[in-house]
Amino acid sequence: MTKLETSILDILQDDCRLPLEKIAVMTGSSLEEVAGAIQDLESRKIILKYSPVINWDRTDRERVEAMIEVRVTPQRDMGFDAIARRIYRFDEVKSVFLMSGSYDLLVLVEARTLKELAAFVSGKLSPLETVTGTATSFVLKRYKEEGVIFDQDESDRRLVISP
Amino acid sequence: MNYQQYLNSRISAVPPSGIRRFFDLASSRKDAISLGVGEPDFKTPYLIRDAAINSLIDGETQYTANRGLPELRDEISLYLSERYHLCYRADSQILVTIGASEAIDLALRTLISDGDEVLVPDPSYVSYAPGVIFAGGVPVPVRTCQKDQFRLKVSELEKAVTSSSKLLILPYPNNPTGAIMEESDLLEIADFVRKHDLLVISDEIYSELIYDGHIHVSFAAVSDMYERTITINGFSKAFAMTGWRVGYACGPEEIVSVMNKIHQYSIMCAPRQGQVAAAAALRMGRENHYESVLMMRESYDRRRRLMLDAFLKMGLDCFEPYGAFYVFPSIQRTGLSSEEFCSRLLQEKDVAAVPGTAFGLSGEGHIRCCYATAVDKIEIALERIAAFVASNS
Repeated sequence: MTKLETSILDILQDDCRLPLEKIAVMTGSSLEEVAGAIQDLESRKIILKYSPVINWDRTDRERVEAMIEVRVTPQRDMGFDAIARRIYRFDEVKSVFLMSGSYDLLVLVEARTLKELAAFVSGKLSPLETVTGTATSFVLKRYKEEGVIFDQDESDRRLVISP
Repeated sequence: MNYQQYLNSRISAVPPSGIRRFFDLASSRKDAISLGVGEPDFKTPYLIRDAAINSLIDGETQYTANRGLPELRDEISLYLSERYHLCYRADSQILVTIGASEAIDLALRTLISDGDEVLVPDPSYVSYAPGVIFAGGVPVPVRTCQKDQFRLKVSELEKAVTSSSKLLILPYPNNPTGAIMEESDLLEIADFVRKHDLLVISDEIYSELIYDGHIHVSFAAVSDMYERTITINGFSKAFAMTGWRVGYACGPEEIVSVMNKIHQYSIMCAPRQGQVAAAAALRMGRENHYESVLMMRESYDRRRRLMLDAFLKMGLDCFEPYGAFYVFPSIQRTGLSSEEFCSRLLQEKDVAAVPGTAFGLSGEGHIRCCYATAVDKIEIALERIAAFVASNS
């Protein structure tokens, strides 16, 4: 990873709408160098998507989220990968992590209603043959995501002019 | 009752800071974007805050030693040795103060006798000249200018020095210009200092904020200047700790002990939790190679380039500042004075910048713009300044 690539990732993570021209100025590079580096980061699957952090609680969209701890039986030669793939293909599943500790997979699930979410757990996730148990916890409130604090006024508290 | 007769005439004669008027003006405009701040836009890293929180929970609410917590002085000694090749004894050569500001005040009061002249680069931080006057001295401005990248030149010092000169204030990286001094520049200054038998107060509060491969060289580490220098630094800029008010002075034991005499009678000690946080900042920095300082510096550097590029595209002369977090463009082509430019920019475009003259007469024709502000705000502010410049060209 070059210094330019690291700088570009830092800049995009903070604001992925920034034009290439500005990124070039900020990194002291040419437009072509920045465009090439971003293309390379995309092709190496380091940059996967340009996505905003949304506070859905401030919208009128109905939404239920849950974190499901899943215990599974790992499969010969495939470990946890095969079952993880089966789980992450469901549209309801937003993230899947292999975890150390008392359970194996952490599955973040989103649905429109509680009923839909319950149907997913009981109808799709639990019946998978290698799943030996689940524990579902509902998200009640988001405080911080992707480094962005949701519930606090983060306004600038500095004096407008200081020496 | 006429209080004027009771007031100290020396202090009454000093005019209020030129920044004050702009503070009042800018504060009245709620939607203004301010490029007029003089502090980081980061909060103190949480692990540093956490150290102070734990100290409070543990009931550490007592005075500390006058000179500061021994563990903090040990950390400062290690830090200066590791970063700037300076060797100061924690027990006798380091004094922890309420911000670098107190350290400057103590140094001036310790060294100046009535009528002593003090050479002060112009433009510079607003407190030096008043501090000299409060201590009974006479500040003598030493012009710096854009063609020299606002570096202090011996030719200008020679014009200002007299037989009454006792002290030189050396504030680099510089507020408001963002200028730095390379080692070769400092060697010339060292010759001048030796020739005129001066002492030096080297205010290095922005020492960690230096960009583009340049390296901060501490004046006390240059040639034989150690014995002639009081090094002043602090935590406000490098660790985003402005509100904690912790700084320090280091120097010859004979000078630091007199500074400590004033400090112990007037202050007692810097607040304990600030000192605990400062010690944590240095300890963690030592352990993780100053990760948070590096992260903040890189972030400032990107915004420095952005702002410099925008001013050059507006057609304003602007030297590349390699230090602090200020850009100091020339606004002379608009035909406006610094004050007029900033007043009208605020009133017509809702952008606050500080007129260069707030930092000394040599700041005329320039404005100070701070890039320690969110990129989106910087961009809007720069667009507004560009429109303002275009309509006044």
